Amino acid sequence: MKKKEITTPVTLATSESSGMKRRSFVKLMGGGIFIFFNSWSVIELFGSASLAQDKSLPKDYNAFLLIAEDGTVNCFTGKIEMGQGIITSLAQMMADELNVPFESVKMVMGDTDLCPWDGGTWGSLSTRSFGPNMRAAAAEARGVLLNLASEKLGVPVARLEVRNGIITDTQNAKNSVSYAQLTKGKKIEKFLDVKPAVEAYTDFTYVGKSYNRADAVIKVTGEAKFTGDLKLPGMVYARILRPPSHGAKLKTVDYTQAEKIDGITVIRDGDLVAVLHESRNKADAAIVKIEAEYSISEMPVNDKTIFDWILKAESTAREVNLLGDLETGRKLSTNTFASEFHDPYLAHAPIETHTALAQLEGDKMTVWASTQLPFPLKDALVKELGFPPEKVRVIVPLVGGGFGGKSAYQQALEAAKLAKLSGKPVMVAWTRDEEFFYDNFHSAGVVKINSGIDNSGLIKFWDYNVYYSGTRGSETIYDVPNIRTTSYSRKKDTPPVHPFATGPWRAPNNNTNTFARESQIDIMAAAAGIDPLEFRLKNLKDEKMIACLKAVADKFGYMPGKAADGKGKGIAVGTDAGTWVAMIAEVKVDKNTGKVEVLRITCAQDMGLCVNPEGATIQMEGCITMGLGYTLTEELLFEGGNIKNRNFDTYEIPRFSWLPKIETVILDRKDQAPQGGGEPAIITVGAAVANAVYNATGARLFRMPFTAERVMEALKNLK
Amino acid sequence: MKETISFRLNGKMTEVLIEPDQILLGVLRDHFGLTGTKYGCGIGFCGSCTILVDNEAVRSCNMAISEVAGKKVVTIEGLAMDGKLHPVQQAFVDNDALQCGFCTPGMIMNATGLLMKNPDPTTQQIREGMENNLCRCGAHVRIVDAVHSAALEMKGGKKK
Repeated sequence: MKKKEITTPVTLATSESSGMKRRSFVKLMGGGIFIFFNSWSVIELFGSASLAQDKSLPKDYNAFLLIAEDGTVNCFTGKIEMGQGIITSLAQMMADELNVPFESVKMVMGDTDLCPWDGGTWGSLSTRSFGPNMRAAAAEARGVLLNLASEKLGVPVARLEVRNGIITDTQNAKNSVSYAQLTKGKKIEKFLDVKPAVEAYTDFTYVGKSYNRADAVIKVTGEAKFTGDLKLPGMVYARILRPPSHGAKLKTVDYTQAEKIDGITVIRDGDLVAVLHESRNKADAAIVKIEAEYSISEMPVNDKTIFDWILKAESTAREVNLLGDLETGRKLSTNTFASEFHDPYLAHAPIETHTALAQLEGDKMTVWASTQLPFPLKDALVKELGFPPEKVRVIVPLVGGGFGGKSAYQQALEAAKLAKLSGKPVMVAWTRDEEFFYDNFHSAGVVKINSGIDNSGLIKFWDYNVYYSGTRGSETIYDVPNIRTTSYSRKKDTPPVHPFATGPWRAPNNNTNTFARESQIDIMAAAAGIDPLEFRLKNLKDEKMIACLKAVADKFGYMPGKAADGKGKGIAVGTDAGTWVAMIAEVKVDKNTGKVEVLRITCAQDMGLCVNPEGATIQMEGCITMGLGYTLTEELLFEGGNIKNRNFDTYEIPRFSWLPKIETVILDRKDQAPQGGGEPAIITVGAAVANAVYNATGARLFRMPFTAERVMEALKNLK
Repeated sequence: MKETISFRLNGKMTEVLIEPDQILLGVLRDHFGLTGTKYGCGIGFCGSCTILVDNEAVRSCNMAISEVAGKKVVTIEGLAMDGKLHPVQQAFVDNDALQCGFCTPGMIMNATGLLMKNPDPTTQQIREGMENNLCRCGAHVRIVDAVHSAALEMKGGKKK
């Protein structure tokens, strides 16, 4: 493969037709009437050393788009595509704002030299946070282009209209000019003093319509390039010696046997020991020939004792919400409830493991990496390698699933270090074992809730305490007059509580908080003798939540009570990333084995304006399916720093046989700003299933996942 | 010791001089540049590396190159014919049966193998046949739909 071909970041089309190769960029240069263009290097293109240094989105709209001579609208974003579908939805937004054909928009993503600075692809922020900035940039570009057209066509702007990237005199259809003719592929050196408003939803052509994935064809042919699919001349694959457990220190190492393999290079730099070979198979064969001894230092905690460990840890308590007075609420309550909920560590387990390719050319380091954070990775490379920022470039090709796990980028630092040490382009592609071992796991956590209701079933107080699971999703949601929400986390300058790294996992910690809150709500409803749907509606004032609940109940065909056929149904609601979610799960429980089968999940969400209903629906289905994993089986097993489940045979993720019937409803909210869609629907799965198990059997579940063993235990406790 | 191993790869007779115990997945990716076949778990558990060997869907990550000597190997790159997507590929596109796309080649190869054995599978048979291919994004519902519509298309019927 020629080197140039991999300078192409994510684009919709193949590299040949994308117009995004460096040599194509050079071709774009040439004379223009109004417009200047420098060159396709970031420094010249954007006029400053690097947009990445500003840590904010640039004011110059040119940073977001470049209209090529063939009419292609190259749209630049520091966001990356990992399956969530912004390669499609951002293009829809851009096409609408500029009035160009959807097909003409090409997304250029996650390249720190070409794209405007970005904090990373997380928190379902691409549409709701980056989107408005991108739209504003497109609106200004459109305004400037109209002015340019007005001069060129000799017609006032008010007489012009734009369709499909062509500006036409409304009184003389023959008098027209295209965007491409105006820009000639160059940066536009004109700006508007008054920034134009973005289009109203009523003017949208593409936004709000369903589009299939823009990258589907290259993904079904095998043509799509993920980081591990890249190859550079002289490239070697690295395998790195790994400790047996977290916290272990290398004592001795003997790599004489590994060195005997033809073509192997062994690199040792302090504790970093790696073998390099141009064949991945050979590197794999060499790494197992290294003998090493470690001193093991492990925390006295495992997957069973972790919850006590967390509760006993020296923590800082932070009051995140305080309303009314808990004592007053207690006095008004006729029935009080105290519950404790547990959630274990989870692995992200994307099918693509962490992968990076690093190349040092002269004094410039280029790193291709599967990461959600290209710009923060660049900062880390600058810091770790001592390279100046303008000498470091990060490019993120298509990412094979992230879910928060690829907000860590250790593999890229490893590749860069090895490339620097070896002088060769180095590919580091983690094995599944390494992926499980070095994951930044979803944190284990505990939630303790004390709450009370009065005779009429109104919640009077809510004392919510969350330990090591953050505050996302800890909002009370219900209309309760007396609330205290306290979050407990590691106290400054105390030893770490977790034996390994933890980090964001799809809708970070909201799964834990929603499981706890919605279980407690169900417990209170049952004690009050009120149907869980009615109890929720009775205690809610949040109109969006009420609308979602009614929508989901309607779609599900909800009937109060217990189904005669032994099936159970459970409700859960929650909010995440600006989106409101309500869910009903239907389950069947095998009372002899404890096995829970999820038969059906219905979900309604209010996500504001839905840019791509098809894409949003897919995200809901994906959230629901993935959510079954944390609900039913996923749990990290460990002893101190030793991770026990390091492959899919022991860490079980959802499979085809688990599939429930999935129904989704997206509320029509075209008049409201778009919100997050990649995470919300996962938060309610655990609670909805737990409440359905209760409805079916009368057994309450307080610890996820609901393995057959735990369900059996809960069933036994009933007797 | 290297040996010459001959087999048919994506329709063409191919020879490779190589140690016979080399893992097939690595050889396909490194030697032949067929990077559509993915590494996912290395123990034949996730199905990302699925290819067809003599029309049978198999895992290439725990198979030696010598095992395909004299056989017919098809990877994801060999499915489309004359610039036209294979019906299973087309069905994945039409049904939006993918998200990140990393498991997709393995899913498509497995589904193709499944349909070669059973051209008219029930939903239950599709689920069973696809059971050991893992997808983390949760595209399962649509993958089942895609296999159904591909089956229909391959029988000469109309897509849904």
